[in-house]
Amino acid sequence: MTITRHDHAPGDAEEASGAHSTRSTLIIYLTGLFLAVVLTATSFWVANTSILWSTGVPLGLSVLAIAQMGIHLVFFLHITTGPDDTNNVLALAFGILIVILVVAGSLWIMTDLNQNMVLPAELMDLHMQH
Amino acid sequence: MNITVALDGHVQDHTAAPATGASHASKRIVVTYGFWIFLLSDIVMFSALFAAYSTLSRATAGGPSGAQLFDQVGVAIETACLLASSFTCGLMSLAIGSRRFGTTYLYALLTFALGGVFLALELREFAHMIAIGAAPQRSAFLSAFFALVGCHGLHVAVGLIWLLVMMVQVKVRRFSAAVERRLLCFALFWHALDIVWVWLFTVVYLIGVNQ
Amino acid sequence: MSLLGKLSWDAIPLDQPIVMGVSFVMVLVIASILGWITLKGHWSYLWGEWLTSVDHKRIGIMYVILALIMLLRGFADALMMRAQQAVAAGDAQGYLPPEHFDQIFSAHGTIMIFFVAMPFVIGLMNFVVPLQLGVRDMAFPTLNSIGLGLTASGILLTNISLVVGEFAKTGWVAYPPLSELQFSPGVGVDYYLWALQISGVGTLMTGVNFVTTILKTRAPGMSYMRMPVFCWTALASNLLIVAAFPVLTATFAMLLLDRYLDFHFFTIDGQGNAMMYVNLFWVWGHPEVYILILPAFGVFSEVVSTFSGKALFGYRSMVAATLVICVLSFVVWLHHFFTMGASANVNGFFGVMTMIIAVPTGVKVFNWLFTMYGGRVRFEVPILWSVGFMVTFVIGGMTGVLMAVPPADFQLHNSLFLVAHFHNVIIGGVVFGVMAGYNYWFPKAFGFKLDERWGVASFWCWLIGFYLAFMPLYALGLMGMTRRMQHYDVVSWQPWLVAAAAGAVVILAGIVCQIIQLVVSIRARETLKVTADPWNGRTLEWVAASPPPAWNFATLPVVTDIDAFWQQKKEAHIEHAPAAQSSGYELIEMPKNSAIGFVTAFLAVVVGFAMIWHIWWMAALGALGIFLTTLAFAFREKEEIEISVEEIARFEEMQHAEVVA
Repeated sequence: MTITRHDHAPGDAEEASGAHSTRSTLIIYLTGLFLAVVLTATSFWVANTSILWSTGVPLGLSVLAIAQMGIHLVFFLHITTGPDDTNNVLALAFGILIVILVVAGSLWIMTDLNQNMVLPAELMDLHMQH
Repeated sequence: MNITVALDGHVQDHTAAPATGASHASKRIVVTYGFWIFLLSDIVMFSALFAAYSTLSRATAGGPSGAQLFDQVGVAIETACLLASSFTCGLMSLAIGSRRFGTTYLYALLTFALGGVFLALELREFAHMIAIGAAPQRSAFLSAFFALVGCHGLHVAVGLIWLLVMMVQVKVRRFSAAVERRLLCFALFWHALDIVWVWLFTVVYLIGVNQ
Repeated sequence: MSLLGKLSWDAIPLDQPIVMGVSFVMVLVIASILGWITLKGHWSYLWGEWLTSVDHKRIGIMYVILALIMLLRGFADALMMRAQQAVAAGDAQGYLPPEHFDQIFSAHGTIMIFFVAMPFVIGLMNFVVPLQLGVRDMAFPTLNSIGLGLTASGILLTNISLVVGEFAKTGWVAYPPLSELQFSPGVGVDYYLWALQISGVGTLMTGVNFVTTILKTRAPGMSYMRMPVFCWTALASNLLIVAAFPVLTATFAMLLLDRYLDFHFFTIDGQGNAMMYVNLFWVWGHPEVYILILPAFGVFSEVVSTFSGKALFGYRSMVAATLVICVLSFVVWLHHFFTMGASANVNGFFGVMTMIIAVPTGVKVFNWLFTMYGGRVRFEVPILWSVGFMVTFVIGGMTGVLMAVPPADFQLHNSLFLVAHFHNVIIGGVVFGVMAGYNYWFPKAFGFKLDERWGVASFWCWLIGFYLAFMPLYALGLMGMTRRMQHYDVVSWQPWLVAAAAGAVVILAGIVCQIIQLVVSIRARETLKVTADPWNGRTLEWVAASPPPAWNFATLPVVTDIDAFWQQKKEAHIEHAPAAQSSGYELIEMPKNSAIGFVTAFLAVVVGFAMIWHIWWMAALGALGIFLTTLAFAFREKEEIEISVEEIARFEEMQHAEVVA
C-alpha cells in the first residue's frame, strides 16, 4: 500500500514548516515580523530621503515591495519550495504571471496611446475655444 | 509558458511512479486550496485597479495631486497597524493549533482592534480629503485613488465582520473541523490583504508622493 | 425622492407594439408553465429535486436548459436584425426604429456570449467533469448551486429589461463615453452592468470550484497525464475564468462608480480615460473567447476519439497546446483595438502574438484529423458536428489570422468582415461543440438517446444555414459595410443581406429540428433507452449508470491508464460494462440539498433591480438578506446526508438486471 502524497493546505503553518512545536512556528512569525518592519521602514526612508538618486527611487521601492511580498509569503503564509507545496506554488505563479501581464500590458498600451493621442498645440487651442 | 513547462515537469514525475496517483485530498486541503484560488482571483481584480490607478495617477484635472494630499505619517501608522494585525493573526493561528481558547480570543481581539484602527484611520483620511475638496468626483486621479484604496478598505471591513462571526462560531462550536477550516481561510485572507497593502503604500503613497 | 426611485409606469414601453407583443407572449408562457406546475402539483418535486439540488449533474442540466431557452431569445434578436437589414436599403427604413435596433444588437451579443455560450459550456463541464474524474461531486457543491443561481439572476434581469425599462443601446461591449451617464442616461446600461456583474460573480465561483475539483479531487490513480482531455480543457478554461473575470468585475465596478457616484474613470471631463475601459474590457474579453472555445475543443477530442474507436492522437501535444493557449490568450488582447491609437510597435507585438496563438490551435486540428485517420469512424450525430466544426472553424481561424495583421485590420475593423469572422469561430467552434456535447452526453443524463434522423437534419440545417448567413457578410465587409447599421444607402448591398437573412431562416429550421428532436425522443424514450455505455465510450462517465445515481459510482473507480474505461473493458475482454458487483459497498456521504443558492439568486435579483432603478432601501434590504442567508448557512447543523449500503446495493442490482434483460 503506497501512501498517497498530497500537497498541504496553503497557509497551514504546522504541516508546512514541519515544525510541530508552537515555539518554532512562533520564531518563524517573529522573524517575519522583524524583516517586514525593517523593509517597511526602509521603504519609507527611501521615499523621503534626498541622498539617493531620485530616478532610481521608484524602482528601489518596487524591489522592496517585492521583497516584502516574499517575506509575507514565506513567513506568514508558509509557502515553501518543498514538494508538498507544488500545487500551491504553481497556482501562485500563475496568478503572479497574470498580474504582471495585466499591469505591465495595460501600462505599456496606455502610455503608448497617451503619447499617440496628444493633440498638437495648435489643435489643442482650437479645442479649447469651443 | 512557465506554467506549461512546470506542469508538464510535475506531471512526468507522477507518471513515472504510477502508484502515486492523486485521489481525494482531505477536506481541509480542498477547502483551503479553493480559497487560495479565490484569493488569486481577488489579487487579479486588484491588479486591474492598480493598472487604472497608475494610468490615471497624473490625471488631476487641475485638482490636488498625491504629493499635496498624502500624509505619510498617517500612512506609516496605518501600515504598522495592519502589519501588527497580520502578526497577531498568525499568533491566533498558533493558538488555534494548540486548542487554547483564551489565547485565541485574546489574539482575535487584538487582530480585530488593529484592523479597526487601520480602518478608522483610513476613513478619517477619506473624510479629511473630501472635506478639503479632494473628493473622488474631483478628478480621474482621485476617482482611481478612492476606488483602489477604498476597495482594500472594503476588504478589511469584510474581514473584520468575518472575524466577528468566526469568534461566535468558536464560542458555539468550539474548534470543530469546519470552524478550523474557516479560521485557516480567514488567516489566508488577512495575510493576503497585508500583501495588497504593501503594494498599495508603495505605489500610491510612496512612489506617488515622489513623482 | 420617490420611494420607488426612478421606477414609474412610464418604464413600461406601452407605445412599442413589438416589445409589448413579445413581452405579453413571454409573460403568458411563464404564467402557463407556472400554472401547469401548480395544477400537476410538481412544486415539491421541483423544489426538492432540482432548485435546491447540489448535485453537479442536476445543476449541469439546469445550466443547459437556461442556455437553450436563452438561445431562443438571442436567436429571435438575430432574426429581427437580419430581417431589418434585408429590407432597410435606400429609402426604405425597415420596421425597427434605430433606438430599438440598437437595443437588439446589444442584447443579442450580451445574451449569446454571457447567457447562451457561457451557461452551455459550464453546464456541460458541470455534468461531465466529476464523472470523468471518477468522483461523486464537485469540491464545493453548494457553491456550485449559488453559481447557477447567480447566472439565472443575470438572465432574469436581462429579460426583465424587455418589459420594464430598456436594455443598453451601446453594443455588447458598452464602451464609454457612450455608456456614461452623459450619453446613456437611461437604465439600459445599468441593466447590462448589473446583470453581468451578478452573473460574473457566479461564473467566478464556478471557476474556483472547477479548478479545485480538477486539481484536488480525482479518482485513485488518475494522475494528471491520465486525465481525459475534456478535463484538461475544462481546467484551462476555468483557470482563465479565475484570472480574467475579476478584471471584468473591476472594470464594470469602475463604470458603475462613474454612473452612480459621478467618478471620472472613463468620462470626458475630470481627465478620465475611456481607452482604459477598452483596454481592461479586452484584458477579460480575449481570454473569454478561449474560456468558451477550450471546452468545445475538449468535447471534440472526446467525440472524435470515441467515434473513431481509437485513442486520441497526440494526447500530450493536446494537453500542451491547451495550456499554451491558456497563457497566450493573455497577451493578445490589443488586437481588438489595433485601430484605436496604438503605435506600430505595440500593434506589431500584439499582431505577432495573435498569429502565434493560432499555432497550438492548428496542432489540435491535426490531432483530430490523425485520430480519425485509419479509424473506423461511425458517422453519428456528435461526429457530424465535429467534422462540420473542423471545416468551419479552420475558415474562421484563417480570417482571424488575416485580421491579426494590423494593416489589414485597419481596413476590416468594425466591418461586417469582423462580424462574419467571430460568428464563424463562435458558431463553428463553440455552438457546434456544445451541440456535439449535447447529443453525445444526453443519453448519459437521461438514459435514452436523442433521435438520430432529426439530429442529422438539424445539423445540416445549421451548417448550410451558417454558410448562407455569414459568407455574404465577409463579402459585405470587404465592400465596406460596417456593423450595427439600422439602415444603409448602398442598394447593391441588399441582395447579399437578403441571402444572409435566408441563411438565418435555414438556421431557424435547424433549431426547430432540434426542438422536434427533443420532443420525438422524449416520446420514444422507451425504444431509445440505453445502457451505461451507448457509444462504446472510453472515459469514466460511461462506467456510471445512465442516468447516474446521485452518488455517481457505488465504489470509486481505480484508474491505471488514460482512457480508463476502455482499459477496463479491454482487460475484461467484453464490449460493454463490466458486471455489477453485488456486495461490499460502503456507506456514502453526500452533500445535503440547500436552498441557499435559490434564496441568494432571488435576493440578487432584488438587489440588482433595486440598484438599476435607484431604489436604495430595497437594495439595502436585499444585501442584508444575502448576508443573513450566508450567516444561516454558516451555522447550519448538518452538512451531509448518508446513503445506506442497502440503497446502493438495490440500485446496482436493478441496473444489473436491466443490462442483462
